[in-house]
Amino acid sequence: MPTTVRPVITRRAALAAGLGAALAAPAIRPSFAQGAPIRVGVLHSLSGTMAISETALRDTVLMMVEWINARGGLLGRRVEAAVVDPASNWPLFAEKARELLQVAKVDAVFGCWTSVSRKSVLPVFEELNGLLFYPVQYEGEEQSRNVFYTGAAPNQQAIPAVEYLMGPDGGEAKRIALLGTDYVYPRTTNRILRAFLNSKGIADADILEEYTPFGHSDWQGIVSRVKRFAGEGKRTAIVSTINGDANVPFYRELGNQGIKAEDIPSVAFSVGEEELAGIDAKPLVGHLAAWNYFMSVQAPANDEFKKMWSAYIKNPRRVTNDPMEATYTGFRMWAQAVAKAGTTAVDPVREAMYGQKVDAPCGYAEEMHRNHHLSKPVMIGEIQADGQFNTVWKTPNAIPAENWSPFIPENANRRRG
Amino acid sequence: MARLLSVLLVLIASAWPAAAQDAFDAAVTGLAGGFSQQAEAVERLGALGDPRAVPVLRALSEGRLLKRPDGNGVVPPAEAAPPGAEPVRVNNRVRVALRGALGRLQLVSPDPAERLAAAEAVFRSRDAANAPLLEAALARESVPRIRAQMELSLAASRLVAADADAKRAAIAALGATASTDARGLLLEARAANPGLLAEIEAAVAAIDRRLSLRRMAETLFQGLSLGSVLLLAALGLAVTFGVMGVINMAHGEMVMIGAYTAVLVQEALRGVPALLPWSLPLSVPAAFLVAALVGAAIERGLIRHLYGRPLETLLMTFGVGMILQQAVRSLFGAQNREVVSPPWMQGTLTLPGGVEVTQNRLWIIVFGLAVLLAVLAAIRLTRFGLEMRAVVQNRRIAATMGIRTGRVDALTFAFGSGVAGMAGVALSQIDNVSPNLGTGYIIDSFMVVVFGGVGSLAGTLVGAMTLGVVNKVLEPWAGAVLAKVAVLVALMLFIQRRPRGLFALRGRAAEG
Repeated sequence: MPTTVRPVITRRAALAAGLGAALAAPAIRPSFAQGAPIRVGVLHSLSGTMAISETALRDTVLMMVEWINARGGLLGRRVEAAVVDPASNWPLFAEKARELLQVAKVDAVFGCWTSVSRKSVLPVFEELNGLLFYPVQYEGEEQSRNVFYTGAAPNQQAIPAVEYLMGPDGGEAKRIALLGTDYVYPRTTNRILRAFLNSKGIADADILEEYTPFGHSDWQGIVSRVKRFAGEGKRTAIVSTINGDANVPFYRELGNQGIKAEDIPSVAFSVGEEELAGIDAKPLVGHLAAWNYFMSVQAPANDEFKKMWSAYIKNPRRVTNDPMEATYTGFRMWAQAVAKAGTTAVDPVREAMYGQKVDAPCGYAEEMHRNHHLSKPVMIGEIQADGQFNTVWKTPNAIPAENWSPFIPENANRRRG
Repeated sequence: MARLLSVLLVLIASAWPAAAQDAFDAAVTGLAGGFSQQAEAVERLGALGDPRAVPVLRALSEGRLLKRPDGNGVVPPAEAAPPGAEPVRVNNRVRVALRGALGRLQLVSPDPAERLAAAEAVFRSRDAANAPLLEAALARESVPRIRAQMELSLAASRLVAADADAKRAAIAALGATASTDARGLLLEARAANPGLLAEIEAAVAAIDRRLSLRRMAETLFQGLSLGSVLLLAALGLAVTFGVMGVINMAHGEMVMIGAYTAVLVQEALRGVPALLPWSLPLSVPAAFLVAALVGAAIERGLIRHLYGRPLETLLMTFGVGMILQQAVRSLFGAQNREVVSPPWMQGTLTLPGGVEVTQNRLWIIVFGLAVLLAVLAAIRLTRFGLEMRAVVQNRRIAATMGIRTGRVDALTFAFGSGVAGMAGVALSQIDNVSPNLGTGYIIDSFMVVVFGGVGSLAGTLVGAMTLGVVNKVLEPWAGAVLAKVAVLVALMLFIQRRPRGLFALRGRAAEG
């Protein structure tokens, strides 16, 4: 068993021709059975504003490739990764996706974080009948036969989190500030949340909605506006759909302006262990995040996952987080489905994906449903001084995804399932 | 219900010491339970008024309180930790209860700082049962600042008490402040006191009047803060573009190099803990030197061959910028780097009049003005500045006077780049240090220089501050995205009317 097998990695901006040539010449002849290697594409931003979040997902896929090769590969064939860098540039995502599918001829792609990047590659995957595993919680309102969504839909993250804020443990918030980055995920999520809040008797006057560009760094005006909004005699909470590295100056400003979780708790949907690793978490203790996995989850599957990660990354300070867990789960499901289908062809693998189950590191068995979404548990964690989360609330079971939100009126006539 | 029970418990406790002992122990045991049980136990401990509760509650709030491994309550802080004991976890609800309980218990603490914190905590817990405690504490208090806070807290407690006269007095007391918290309390009290609506509205209106001035001051500060960031970003460009007329698209990368120098200085000082808090000030000269060297290399190697060809200069510097970005990305990785803020740059400072300003922004304003003065001094008072101005006014005459114009060009470009590097150190405190740090500032920098008047440092200052303040004044109405668009449109219209900006100067650039 060759233990030194490294996946062939093609770097950003590799010319299409160069990329094909590199893949055609594997460096080591392993002791695998006959057949060309199986290729997976990795489509995550390694530079630009989203690199803070996406770089770890590239590493997770590479770790899984190493893992599966150590177990003898898939269908007796070696698995190789083709890595490209779409550089947080949304149109470039589509270009790189096409390159992966047509030039590198990958069998499946693991990639994207922001919804705008997913929307950008969607037509490419549908046109070329590719297979994308999308590992991040998102706004729903989508279901492509070429995408498997291994992150949460709004009912598996956003809505339970806001319900928690409105409950006794969350501080019985009566006023909600919805802060987000200006693109499709925050805008759609907040549209769903506004309808949900209205249905719970919270009037529009008690909802503040603010958007900022990607990479926004001057948060002083918005944070003081939230402070003012909170001073109207009703318990107030912040719901943050801020994405990428704009979170760092945002939390720094919260800390500097002395907004404590006891007074104005905030819950974030895109801030995990990886994002917190870059900031001093002490002023943020008690602020919340809603996910379907935390590194602090106590479960045998999580111990295994964390051990695997630290053995792969060889840096004790590197953390695991929810999208990494979703990448891991998605990869294992794909490997199971390929094994079941006996081929990597997209159509049989898609059929074999339905009903696949994995004991996920979140401590629950997650199942892929025919709506291309997973059933997932919902967890709410409080930020601790060491940048980890302490789970303060979770659902007893994994719950199925409602990717077509009932809080969006246009979905009333849509068949669910 | 729990509160009533706890009040009852206090009464019982004062009568029977043995019962108090039991109640205390029972409450402490409750700290190991679920979150709601914990919150209840904390409230009960606060109500019991037993000073032994203080170390326990403090340990809990600091995450030091341990759970017995056998599930039998908690380990008292004085006791040695048994093996396998895990810290008790709390949630926000317990934290709120803790703040209130610790506040009640520490109102009579010998430490004035603790008393002040306690009085503030009690203000936030909005509990009528605090009133007698506060009255007792006020009777002993002599520090004016703590007295003032206690009186405010007393008013807050009386606002939720049953006594209507006390309530009226409390409304008046809260209305005499300029505190957003007091305003919030009053608004909250509206629903429960329909009979006192008129008084409450009047008190809120009085607070609003006091607050409006303060809010204007805070918006102005935020505008000046944004302005100082723009000023810092643009000052280097005011030299390279404004004075020399080089359209330097790699200017943002000079800023980025300065920020990365701050990262390196911080890494280098990790071994010297005594100097670590000063790593930021020490980074300033280092960033100037590094960026200036890079700038000099670019000028000597490339730009000097392209003087008088603006389009080629633009494209070439744009390419240089991309090369520098990728070089930094390869050296340091694509991930953001953190430059730790020294303690004196964290938190808020309350100015007289209650205006709250964040320390890091305040220092950046000071730094921006200091850099501006340094640049002015370098141009007006030094021999290098004199030669630079001479070359700008008339290159040939300057050359005939024996000035080596090529050397002056290189030094000027290096100087502008060095100033940009210093700006990078400041920006590392408010923005993410990443290879694309500079790209976010390049447009803004050109905007400021063109608006202020190409070649005029005074114009750069006025331009930066104007744009900053206008942006922040517009932001509350238009939102962050639209405010920026509006400023850009306004700027375009302005340039149509005054193509040379606010302060039009003569110089090589102006002569075109």
